[in-house]
Amino acid sequence: MKKIMSGNEALAYGAYLAGIKVGAGYPGTPSTEVLENYSRYPGAYAEWSPNEKVAMDVGIGAALGGKRAMVTMKHVGLNVAADSLFTVSYTGTNGALIIINSDDPSMHSSQNEQDNRHYARASKVVMLEPADSEEAKRFVKVAVEISETFDTPVILRTTTRLSHSRCIVALEDEPADIVVEPAAYERNASKYVMVPMNARQRRLVVEERLKKLAEYAETTPINFIEPGGGDIGVIAAGVSYQYAKEVFPEATFLKLGMVYPLPKQLIRDLAGRVKQVVVVEELDPFIEEHVRLLGIPVKGREVFPGIAEFSQGRVRKHAAAAGLVPKVADPPAVQTPQLPVRPPMLCPGCAHRPVFYALQRLRVAVMGDIGCYTLGAAPPLGSMHSCICMGASIGNVHGVDRAKVKDRTAAVIGDSTFFHSGIAPLINLISNGGNSTVIVVDNRITAMTGHQPHPGTGWTLMGKEVPNVSIDALARAVGFKKVDVINPYDFKLVLDTIRDHTSSDEPSLIVSQYPCVLNIREKKPAPTVDLDACNECGTCLRIGCSPMTKVDGGVAIDPALCIGCGFCASVCPQSAIKVPS
Amino acid sequence: MKNKYDFLFAGVGGQGTILASDILSEVGMRSGYDVKKSEVHGMSQRGGAVESHVRWGEKVYSPLIEEGNTDFLLAFEMLEAARWPHFTAANTVALINRHQIFPPSVNLGQAKYPEENEIESILAGAGAKVVWVDGAAKALELGNAALGGVVLIGALSTYLDEPVEVWEKTIVELVPAKFKELNVQAFRAGRELMQK
Repeated sequence: MKKIMSGNEALAYGAYLAGIKVGAGYPGTPSTEVLENYSRYPGAYAEWSPNEKVAMDVGIGAALGGKRAMVTMKHVGLNVAADSLFTVSYTGTNGALIIINSDDPSMHSSQNEQDNRHYARASKVVMLEPADSEEAKRFVKVAVEISETFDTPVILRTTTRLSHSRCIVALEDEPADIVVEPAAYERNASKYVMVPMNARQRRLVVEERLKKLAEYAETTPINFIEPGGGDIGVIAAGVSYQYAKEVFPEATFLKLGMVYPLPKQLIRDLAGRVKQVVVVEELDPFIEEHVRLLGIPVKGREVFPGIAEFSQGRVRKHAAAAGLVPKVADPPAVQTPQLPVRPPMLCPGCAHRPVFYALQRLRVAVMGDIGCYTLGAAPPLGSMHSCICMGASIGNVHGVDRAKVKDRTAAVIGDSTFFHSGIAPLINLISNGGNSTVIVVDNRITAMTGHQPHPGTGWTLMGKEVPNVSIDALARAVGFKKVDVINPYDFKLVLDTIRDHTSSDEPSLIVSQYPCVLNIREKKPAPTVDLDACNECGTCLRIGCSPMTKVDGGVAIDPALCIGCGFCASVCPQSAIKVPS
Repeated sequence: MKNKYDFLFAGVGGQGTILASDILSEVGMRSGYDVKKSEVHGMSQRGGAVESHVRWGEKVYSPLIEEGNTDFLLAFEMLEAARWPHFTAANTVALINRHQIFPPSVNLGQAKYPEENEIESILAGAGAKVVWVDGAAKALELGNAALGGVVLIGALSTYLDEPVEVWEKTIVELVPAKFKELNVQAFRAGRELMQK
């Protein structure tokens, strides 16, 4: 039996087959679907934690308790969780701890492009990198074996292309249900309590472990040489291997399943078989530098670019320019007129739209954050003026206000992001005597990544009902006196409240609350446009809603895309847009 | 069995390109091909541009199609079709759904939406054969605008050797139960459009 699976689905399936019993994570593209799919397997416990460090600590706890555990997050998530990662490398894991971490070359949905292979080297833990969904499934099992054998966390790195592309995966026999009786917690302070005296001892263990892992890297079947003809030897891992196979079909390959630590002997073996070693790797010259340190001449970054993801076309073009493969004929030049771009924008009916439109009308300088609402920065709304990382907006607005800019200012942060890392800077704002305005655009779900629950939703990933953390009550509890909860579709109220808060000289917080319409699947009939009443002023087109189209003599609303929120009707100065009653 | 097919899907978020490319991938696997598929999109909330690559072959390595190698371009929206001449070649068939969704710059009068003949000449310039499919109109006729993608899949199926039963069985198994009938009707409507 076989099935087409994405890399993420295959990782979840692999986790199930490998007997992983606890999974924790924070949703982040492209990693999200791993935990979602895993949570549906029998015997799995999975949770969304409020942020990646919490998720990492849950995974560490489960592993210290003797279970096989998995933690999932995107590349920047590991920045948040790095504090815990660097020390669990010292303590070891007792059970298995697998960290599935997804890089995003080309920044399809990320604020930066970082190469997280450096984290493996910096924290001195093993990193595996599958090249397709079938390997993703198999590598989880390998990762568990390594983790338990070497008492180490293992990072399983994916990239967007691996996580989200699909291929055929062989289905395996259901795993025998491994029942682990609860055992007493292993009390071993010298191993698990990293005060300096203990940590200095463990520091030596980590080095010893790395040596053993480097030996293991020479013999593990996930690193192998594929003999070929010709003079070129290619070293590649992950999806880069797939591109390289298409560009260098005849070459001898060293296919690496393990990218840290790297196998010296295998690399020397490859170099001995060929005239020229070529490393095909996205982002940083991580493998290349290792090969270079072995004294082996190598072509890598001098041939292939270090920015953005590869494709076989891109690899071929650069390989051809360097004379490594035959030149391909340039395609015939095509006369292409300037086509209008189609930028991502807030969904039709999104409840964040009225808030951003109001912020634009009031000319507020907005410190933004990471989530769907970051699209409020896109024209024509254009009302977000900074965006750094999860939870940064509230600290940013406090800093901007301390710098005494002339503008009215506000922070805009989503509900999930608020729980992720907005609470500490909110307390900071109060406890340092700030007077900023914070707007929580609260759509009751983690919408950006496809509707995962968070501490404000009142239910868990496993579907259990739990207390629902109130953002306005939390703000009042930490000392905010000026707090309002508003319905964003009451546009006059939105304008008045934001004007009032941003001109107030006390710290204040607005919760703009309406559920994500894609999540609750709310769809009302589309408004109609009275073309006689329309004077083509264009106001409705400036709210940036994709169903609205300019037509001769006015505008039209595409009923297939519109979900009937009626916000366009509330901004039309001529009352030409009618909401069906 | 032909040794490879590369299918490029282009459309706008919310149009159902992902379901259509899933159907095509599944048909490929059931017909004995190795299959890889990749959805290439960023923060495309509903309304942003989306693309999806599907590859059938004896052995497929890359999940992406190489420029100039697309056998079929399936465009769910007219403007989105015009973005891909560099992926097409003399043997490419471009099936384009007659459906327009204006981006904000067009609505604000800052950019112009291309005419049908402009789109045709952009793709024909690379050698592609352009075939217009009235998928959106047919979908509305069937009572559900979201069926346009399956009409397009029906049109595509007439170019391939896989038996109709494999397509219809796959569609029935992949779409939600209550839309089975409608989707099969949309698929058949797409085939009929090509026979005219």
